[in-house]
Amino acid sequence: MKRFANLYRALDQTTSTNIKLAALRSYFESVPPADAGWALYFLSGRRFKRMVGPANLRQWMIEASNLPAWLVEETYASVGDLAETAALLTGTQAPTSINHSLSEWMEKEMLVLGMEPPDQQRLRILRWWQHLDYDTCYLVNKLLTGSLRVGVSHLLVARALADSANLPRPVILHRLMGHWEPTPQFYNQLIAPDDGSTDHSRPYPFCLASPLEQQNTPQELKTQLGDPREWLVEWKWDGIRAQLLRRPGACYIWTRGEELVTDRYPEVRDAAYGLPDGTVLDGEILAWSEETGVMPFTILQRRLGRKTIGKKLLQDIPICFMAYDLIEHEGQDMRQHTTTERRALLDRLLKQAGPVLKMSPLLSVTSWEEAAQRQMESRGRLVEGLMLKHRNALYEVGRRRGHWWKWKITPHTLDTVMMYAQPGHGRRANLYTDYTFGVWQNQELVPIAKAYSGLTNEEIYELDTWIRQHTIKRFGPVRSVKPEQVFELAFEAINRSSRHKSGVAVRFPRIARWRRDLDPKDADSLADVHSLPGTGTA
Amino acid sequence: MTSFAPETALIKMTPNGLYCPQGRFYIDPVRGPVERAVITHGHADHARNVAETYFTTFGSSPILQKRLSNDISLHTVSYSEPFTLGETTVSLHPAGHILGSAQVRVEHQGEVWVVTGDFKRDHDPTCQPFEVVPCDTLISEATFALPIYRWPPAGQVARDILAWWDENIELHQVSVLFCYALGKAQRVLAELKKLTDRKVLLHGAILPIVDIYREAGIPMVPTEKIDLQHKRDYAGEMILAPPSALGSPWMRRFKGAQTGFCSGWMRVRGNRRRRGYDRGFVLSDHADWPSLLQTFDDSQASRIQLHHGYSDILVRYLEELGVDAISLGSPFADLETV
Ligand SMILES: [Zn+2]
Ligand SMILES: [Zn+2]
Repeated sequence: MKRFANLYRALDQTTSTNIKLAALRSYFESVPPADAGWALYFLSGRRFKRMVGPANLRQWMIEASNLPAWLVEETYASVGDLAETAALLTGTQAPTSINHSLSEWMEKEMLVLGMEPPDQQRLRILRWWQHLDYDTCYLVNKLLTGSLRVGVSHLLVARALADSANLPRPVILHRLMGHWEPTPQFYNQLIAPDDGSTDHSRPYPFCLASPLEQQNTPQELKTQLGDPREWLVEWKWDGIRAQLLRRPGACYIWTRGEELVTDRYPEVRDAAYGLPDGTVLDGEILAWSEETGVMPFTILQRRLGRKTIGKKLLQDIPICFMAYDLIEHEGQDMRQHTTTERRALLDRLLKQAGPVLKMSPLLSVTSWEEAAQRQMESRGRLVEGLMLKHRNALYEVGRRRGHWWKWKITPHTLDTVMMYAQPGHGRRANLYTDYTFGVWQNQELVPIAKAYSGLTNEEIYELDTWIRQHTIKRFGPVRSVKPEQVFELAFEAINRSSRHKSGVAVRFPRIARWRRDLDPKDADSLADVHSLPGTGTA
Repeated sequence: MTSFAPETALIKMTPNGLYCPQGRFYIDPVRGPVERAVITHGHADHARNVAETYFTTFGSSPILQKRLSNDISLHTVSYSEPFTLGETTVSLHPAGHILGSAQVRVEHQGEVWVVTGDFKRDHDPTCQPFEVVPCDTLISEATFALPIYRWPPAGQVARDILAWWDENIELHQVSVLFCYALGKAQRVLAELKKLTDRKVLLHGAILPIVDIYREAGIPMVPTEKIDLQHKRDYAGEMILAPPSALGSPWMRRFKGAQTGFCSGWMRVRGNRRRRGYDRGFVLSDHADWPSLLQTFDDSQASRIQLHHGYSDILVRYLEELGVDAISLGSPFADLETV
């Protein structure tokens, strides 16, 4: 565990990519595969679901620290992070006397803990706290609370692995897709020489589009992208990005979040069996009516959380897979072929595929003016805007600027008042960065959206101070604040929702501007919100 | 619990700072003008140019002259040497905070009050160790009065600093270590001296204080002022700079520098991340939580009065233990504590 604690510290204590890379490489090259597997598990941002309730943990922390409960709470409020507070209050300055490796920690302590009743969990955790030095204690607590975040990107981890295994990075990235367990076997396979074979359930790393400025004029597009005839233009569908794999004897549907969802979309799965073996499609899962076309995202959402899909749901919310790329064809990796070539093959392949597997149509656009006009149709068509793909673009790993662009429509905006704030996570754990905003209804604020992003660091610090000085009430980590600050929120869409007090659900809310110029009285009302386009359709 | 009548207090908090009516003097006045000031130590939140006459220790006097002016009227005394102010007998005793730092003992008709000023109990090669001074009422700072503030041994921190320097040498990077120009910087140089004889470069603001400490005979590693006239490669060097230099144009010379900060606040990860330092070294010249409690115990004081930092929290904690404690507040809450 000491080595993993050192790695965590090294990654946490520098902003230099080279230093991070060196630390990762030396870690992977020096630890046994069992440890490397678990390290990779956490470095990829995977975590356990919480094994111990925070209330229990707070209780035991009070007990272990031998301090009055109120003082522990005050301390927690000042630190802002439960795992860190517990480590600061209980971790010893003596060397750790539980000398497990990372994998032993996971297998002999953590996983066992997960199966124990609370009174035994208590004894185990109190024993940890008594015997761990600060660094180990901090890390163990972060694992325990499921709040470990390491400041490295997935791509950097893959690069370190690729360097130390002497493999191309795309091979590592491909092998890291989908489900895997942090076993030594998995790790050994991950770094094994490339013989062209991969586990046949694994999807490919997704190719991502870069955003184009929303307010681009046709002239600016021309300057940036050149001749429109070099570009393929499609709608940007508002569904769930997924890969559909047809492999010998099996089908798999993987979302972009690397979730295996094959059985949630039985109609897509069944249709996929009609494809030839060795086919991988990239596309979008959409709720689709053959009469009216795509349905709003909120309708699709009703199928998302369900494990079992009943007959009624299948009937009420029919699904289609809107394919727009062909990544594997006749068992061959097609990613090094151009978009034009891939589309032509895809077109042929889907001719006899039936209504569930659709081909995302190309828009015939001969000028950027025309593209801009089509883009303006987006809201009415319930799509997010346009996708622009260069005819010669390869299917890249991740986001590579210049090949694929997404050109989204200008979002809706609302002027809202800050109601609540709570601390963020990780490096922002002692800053108030998560806010809830409301709009007016009869002299009262009704919460409408939570937003985390959109402010500069300076604004966040300033707001943090303001929040601390203008707290009305505290509810655990959440503070209600004086209704004085107005923020312009931007969001992609708005739909009716009976689950929300406001009666609407907004998608992808973010802070567009801090409107210091506005008085809270000037903020929008719930009636304003309900009059926005979109609220009537769902 | 004894009831406490402020009108009979030997020392009380006023808008100008702590005041002793029976002796007609202030301790570390923050505003003025005042006639007489007893100064605990040379930090800017304690030694301000607001008095006609100053009383301080031999160790503090060159610092005061450097920071305030050579022309101030200054009475310098040795530790433990009693002198009379008004109806009181006053003496200064080592506080272990920085060079020359003192606690103020005030006696009036058999009653003894002690003001700790800033203090610490940990070992520090740059100043005399804290002396326990028994008293009836103790006025103490409470800068780090939360139970999470417990200091690691300074020798360990110095080894961490040296190891960090070594790592950066290997990476061909410059190490810029931020610390307060008075006290902390010299403590770092003195702790490093026990481990190495490598030369450390100094920001211009730190140099004159290092000279004062050398004059006082404090052993420190060799130092040199950064020569801004000549462009050179600083890879592998260790540079000490005051925190105000972070993000200033001065930093532009040291592209890709690894940055560290020495402070008790670095005990909490968020404090380091928030200020944007790569590394935090937990090194404080203030008393940590166990030292505060130990000191109250040692003093045998029947009354504890607190100012600075987490006073209110410590007062509540002491009250629950049956200790007579109050918070004095601070006349200048917005002043950064050093
Ligand atoms: Zn101070
Ligand atoms: Zn001080």
